[in-house]
Amino acid sequence: MSALAVLLVPLGFAALLALLPGYRISARLNVLASFIALAFAVDLVIHRPVAGRYLMVDDLNVVFILLNTFVGFTTSAFSASYIRHELETGRLTASYLRFYHAMFQLMLFGINLALLANNIGLMWVAVELATLTTVMMVGIYRTHVALAAAWKYFILGSVGIALALFGTILVYLAARPVVGEGMDAMVWTTLITHAQDFDPNLLNIAFIFLLLGYGTKVGLAPMHAWLPDAHAEGPTPISAVLSGLLLNVALYALLRFKMLLAANPLAIAPGPLMIGLGLLSLIFAAFMLYRRRDIKRLFAYSSIEHMGIIVFAFGMAGPLGNFAGLLQMTMHSLTKSAIFFSVGHIAQVKGTQQIGEMGGLTETHPLLGWGLVAGVAAIAGLPPFGVFTSEFLIVSSTFARAPVLAVLVVFGLLLSFGALLLRLTSVAFGAVRGPIGPVKASYIPLFAHLALVLTAGIWLPPPVVAWFQHVAVQLG
Amino acid sequence: MHGLAFDISHMLAGLLVLVSLAMLYQDRLFALINVLALHALLLAASVAWQAWVHDAPQLYITAAIALAFKAIAIPMALRRMVFRLGIHRQIETVVGTGLTMLAAIVLIALSIKVMLPVTAGVDPVAREDIALALSVVLIGLLMMVTRRNAVSQVAGFMSLDNGIVLAATGAQGMPLVVELSVAFSVLIAFIVIGIFLFRIRERFDTVDLQALDRFRGEKL
Repeated sequence: MSALAVLLVPLGFAALLALLPGYRISARLNVLASFIALAFAVDLVIHRPVAGRYLMVDDLNVVFILLNTFVGFTTSAFSASYIRHELETGRLTASYLRFYHAMFQLMLFGINLALLANNIGLMWVAVELATLTTVMMVGIYRTHVALAAAWKYFILGSVGIALALFGTILVYLAARPVVGEGMDAMVWTTLITHAQDFDPNLLNIAFIFLLLGYGTKVGLAPMHAWLPDAHAEGPTPISAVLSGLLLNVALYALLRFKMLLAANPLAIAPGPLMIGLGLLSLIFAAFMLYRRRDIKRLFAYSSIEHMGIIVFAFGMAGPLGNFAGLLQMTMHSLTKSAIFFSVGHIAQVKGTQQIGEMGGLTETHPLLGWGLVAGVAAIAGLPPFGVFTSEFLIVSSTFARAPVLAVLVVFGLLLSFGALLLRLTSVAFGAVRGPIGPVKASYIPLFAHLALVLTAGIWLPPPVVAWFQHVAVQLG
Repeated sequence: MHGLAFDISHMLAGLLVLVSLAMLYQDRLFALINVLALHALLLAASVAWQAWVHDAPQLYITAAIALAFKAIAIPMALRRMVFRLGIHRQIETVVGTGLTMLAAIVLIALSIKVMLPVTAGVDPVAREDIALALSVVLIGLLMMVTRRNAVSQVAGFMSLDNGIVLAATGAQGMPLVVELSVAFSVLIAFIVIGIFLFRIRERFDTVDLQALDRFRGEKL
């Protein structure tokens, strides 16, 4: 019931928002729809339905669903104040906003469907839908660069998604002799129980395609080229959901297939591949952070860096590695979307995204400025924020098992820490640069996220720890 | 399945690879679009043949989509677009044709080398179809990488997609094939509409991150 509601609420509201003209009411309805979806997601945690042929809820995906509906809700609240400014400055017109709101809900529908799907074909279709809707929103400003960014995202995303489908077909081929022809050979809960009998070679090849395909959407280097452009050129609420939600959905798909491989004793270990790609993304992005002049691009590269760390942690696996990966993913979603909330308003005040043209924010706009400082401190992995806890867990557990890898991780982390600090000091402190007009910002989503990250860093509630530990064991 | 039925399905899949190769050396957009239509036509024939041999009527829908949408509607739209937008007729390639062809041959060898040993347990038709389908997919990717013009990238993506549909129909009894081919058609339609609406006539160095970096003043 709740599982269906999580899907039908965004879908129904998407249709409604496509029909409603006035932007004020649609912005409110958008928030309302996201809130209802969140309420049903919370209900899913308590009342868990039995897995069907198409939908299922287990301990793993309920983490993702809850996180995604929550960030979806806070982003819709941020979006309401953000787009008012865009409308006033004439960057967007009312008809575009109508389209924007409908697409926002459709995207949430796609994301929830991908997470709830118990069928690898259905999951693929849902990821495609979520990608298409974000492509449309990235290009919504219709400037030359926005269209170029949307086009690049589209082409690279489509190639990724095509490779993922090829991998999905290979998984079906591996499952068919064991499970039998037809729909059952694509149902995930059936696949996982029979995975030990699958042809390991076929599974290996399938996983490589899936890793490259869904990995493109996770934003792993060297398939990351779409990510910075899509983040920088679209509206900022979309940058927030791209980093906070969409990357996670692709990661979720990868984790599902990793579990399949792990259940087969003869298949290759997926760990080393994920560790390699994760480390590459982390170190590559850490170096790239230094050359950024555009504030949204800066944080887009930081997302590549963090996805690298998360994939690395899941690649290390084991109860501790998976636990740290899950925690890092949750903290990254919350922190990165909070950063984009503040960056969105800052860019609106300054009228630019160039870092060189903004400065002294803590003096002129204390709330926004300090919000950004807290967000960057959190994302850079400073205590007492939650990212510190998870990164500490990743590094310390890696040191125990593979010290060389741990050194590389620490190197990447320190490198990106330096870059972020360097940029932060000029934006938040230092001489005042750029316009200092007043800002009509909504601070609640920003500080709600930061408060959650701070709380997680100081005191992680035992039920959450138990829950994550349970999922970590399940992930293998 | 045996004898003739077996040979025909292999021949169709093999022809698809051949036409993929032919696509690589077309240096005019109109010729490229014609070859693309031929590619889709062969796919439709191959899927219809599978439907008949395996007695899987739902595959006729996939074949019909391939025929109506990919072999007729999209090439027509692309042709109109090339004409209307007055796009440069000459295709710009990043690497020379000879080198691309060599790379394609290496890719075909690679996919056969990779796929045949691992699919030993699968039935023989699916086995070779998958290997050939993978070569079509890889050549499609190669084409997208070596071409800079948006229309020829779409052609590359469509041939890639044809390879995937071939693989999906080759995997006997695979569910959702029809739904997946519809989803892919939607994707392609979006791409084509995107080019048309946004008048993407410039060359986008789509895999080249530096173009936008330069624009944003991040590179000297």
